[in-house]
Amino acid sequence: MSTPSTRAAEGRTASGQVTMAAALGQALRHSLEDDPNVVIFGEDVGPLGGVFRVTDGLARDFGDQRVWDSPLAEAGIVGTAIGMAMNGMRPVIEMQFDAFSYPAFEQITSHLAKQRNRTRGAVRLPIVVRVPYAGGIGGVEHHSDSSEVYWAHTPGLTVMTPSNPADAYSMLREAIALDDPVMFLEPKSRYWTKADLDLPVQAAPSNRAAVVREGTDVTLLAYGPTVATAIEAADLGADEGLSVEVVDLRSLSPFDDETIGASVRKTNRAAVIHEAHQFCGYGAEVAARVTEREFFSLAAPILRITGFDVPYPSPKLERYYLPTAERVLAALDTWEW
Amino acid sequence: MSHDVVPPRPGTATLPTEQPIRFIEPNGELAPGDAHGGFALPPIADLVDMHRRMSVARRFDTQVTALTRQGRLATYPSALGQEAAEIAASRALLPGDWLFPTYRDTIALLDRGVNAESILSFFRGDWHMAFDPYEHAVAPQSTPLATQALHAVGFATAATRRGEDTVCLAMLGDGASSEGDAHEAFNFASVWNAPVVFLIQNNQYAISTPTRRQFAARTLADRAVGYGMPGHYVDGNDAAAMLAVLRDAVAHARAGGGPTLVEAYTYRIESHTNSDDPTRYREDDERRSWQERDPIARLEKFLEAREAFGDEDRLRVQEESEHLAASTRDAMNATPELDPLEIFDHVYSAERTSLLEQRAFLEAELASAEPAIGSGGAR
Repeated sequence: MSTPSTRAAEGRTASGQVTMAAALGQALRHSLEDDPNVVIFGEDVGPLGGVFRVTDGLARDFGDQRVWDSPLAEAGIVGTAIGMAMNGMRPVIEMQFDAFSYPAFEQITSHLAKQRNRTRGAVRLPIVVRVPYAGGIGGVEHHSDSSEVYWAHTPGLTVMTPSNPADAYSMLREAIALDDPVMFLEPKSRYWTKADLDLPVQAAPSNRAAVVREGTDVTLLAYGPTVATAIEAADLGADEGLSVEVVDLRSLSPFDDETIGASVRKTNRAAVIHEAHQFCGYGAEVAARVTEREFFSLAAPILRITGFDVPYPSPKLERYYLPTAERVLAALDTWEW
Repeated sequence: MSHDVVPPRPGTATLPTEQPIRFIEPNGELAPGDAHGGFALPPIADLVDMHRRMSVARRFDTQVTALTRQGRLATYPSALGQEAAEIAASRALLPGDWLFPTYRDTIALLDRGVNAESILSFFRGDWHMAFDPYEHAVAPQSTPLATQALHAVGFATAATRRGEDTVCLAMLGDGASSEGDAHEAFNFASVWNAPVVFLIQNNQYAISTPTRRQFAARTLADRAVGYGMPGHYVDGNDAAAMLAVLRDAVAHARAGGGPTLVEAYTYRIESHTNSDDPTRYREDDERRSWQERDPIARLEKFLEAREAFGDEDRLRVQEESEHLAASTRDAMNATPELDPLEIFDHVYSAERTSLLEQRAFLEAELASAEPAIGSGGAR
């Protein structure tokens, strides 16, 4: 299918760089072109192109039978997507904002995640739920939650979160091609992150973590929005003579024990960074898994640098809540080296 | 600011009838024409067929309730008294159409041709669902309320977009009609003009909560007009009325007319499941008054008066019923060997290391001389 070859349609900015939002849009465009069963719907994903413009131009180029605005109802969006997928379609749906997905919690956890299992494999649900998530954009209440643990805790769901434009493109393409439901978490503070890219691009498989920066003293485990924080901490640490390895988890479920274990065995120290609250957070799972498997190579307890155990703060206060590179380094200083 | 007058849109509907649509009175006589709601009486042959299927379904239902009391099944939500609505739902659909049932709609599944044992293995506790939905065009029975109504809307929408004329019929109860998903399903279906029929079986109680504590509208069918679709208020114990209205709604959907909401005004004779005590929330008199409106006895009288049903037919129906009851007893009295390792299957399409590890753990435990395995989940 030919599409308008404007710069915007190619996902490139005037400077020749691709933003994460544009890379995601291109992944959607290419998936729509490749498979007539792929459909996109949700609130405002049509002519507006989504509130973050990820679906920009898709309704215009593919028509309202492929890309359309749904009524404003998240359970309805997920529930109807389940029925469509049962009847051969591959819906890619949007939750608009993380906390807006909670009305759909039952459809996601009781049906989307379980239908394959309860029908002994007869019903496949190749559905991607795109969730712009996490904070840092000055959003008001309900617009900045990190909802990853709800989904990662649910058997039957695959949970991915890219941290850069290449991964965003490649992982979303993979998610759409997968025969299982995927919670695809897009770190909205990184939508405008740019990279020099020629799309399409094939990144590492989405179920593998990636060592995005090599180091020998400590492993920082991060995902989505905090990968950039970890890299910043590595830069600052290098100034102080600390060699920091940064691992981007990429896939929250499944968990890549292998890549993470290898890094921890090399550095003997690990810290997890995420925006979500600490208590029962994803970092607890990471720390427990790594401790169970790599205890004897650990020289220090695994640290968690996370958001506080409070409701996500208002925009003027969120900077006090979000983990920063300085907080990461301060946490590492609590260890005896 | 004054509101503009909204022009009528396709699918905009008027309110349902004041009285439930009815063809056959509780005494078996033909109801007066103004009670028919403008619908035509279905052919007698179809009503004879309805009668046979309803009778067989009732015998099945009482058999399963008995087996549940004997402890062969973990639970069973009976549809005794609701056979007219249940079987009409199944009969109104063509073979390629899809049924989206709840946990109470077992006899509708049975009538759709799903094997009794594979339906009941859910209630026996062997596996959540043991039939292939695609084989019978029947979705898994939904326990969360009203969620499957949205699946029906999505399925039907996909069918339309693929150029297929499939109609989906979603079954809900009066309690489910209070759930947000019911509202979302009605609204999505109407906005998308989806070929869907919503059948609400108002059986007067959501477990123990009576309808007066469930909704304040005159009828549940009244809600249809607010969604821009036709709504029909039907005597749910009249098989002829249920069949006529549901068939019409299915045809309306297939012709591109969009969704219809049908309320079957009926009554659950049995308890919600074997685990509740209906004497705590309803009077025996009430139950008796509904037994006098029994859907099978009523239809039988109607057909007898037209010489469409006699002793020979009665014997034939009894024979078929007892045959099914016996095979159901045999199947439920057997104790199938379950493979515990199957719990790890069908979670994801691809193998997942963490599950393979847990599977190996259970496998080793099963192979060991003294397995550290408990007596199983609570029953």
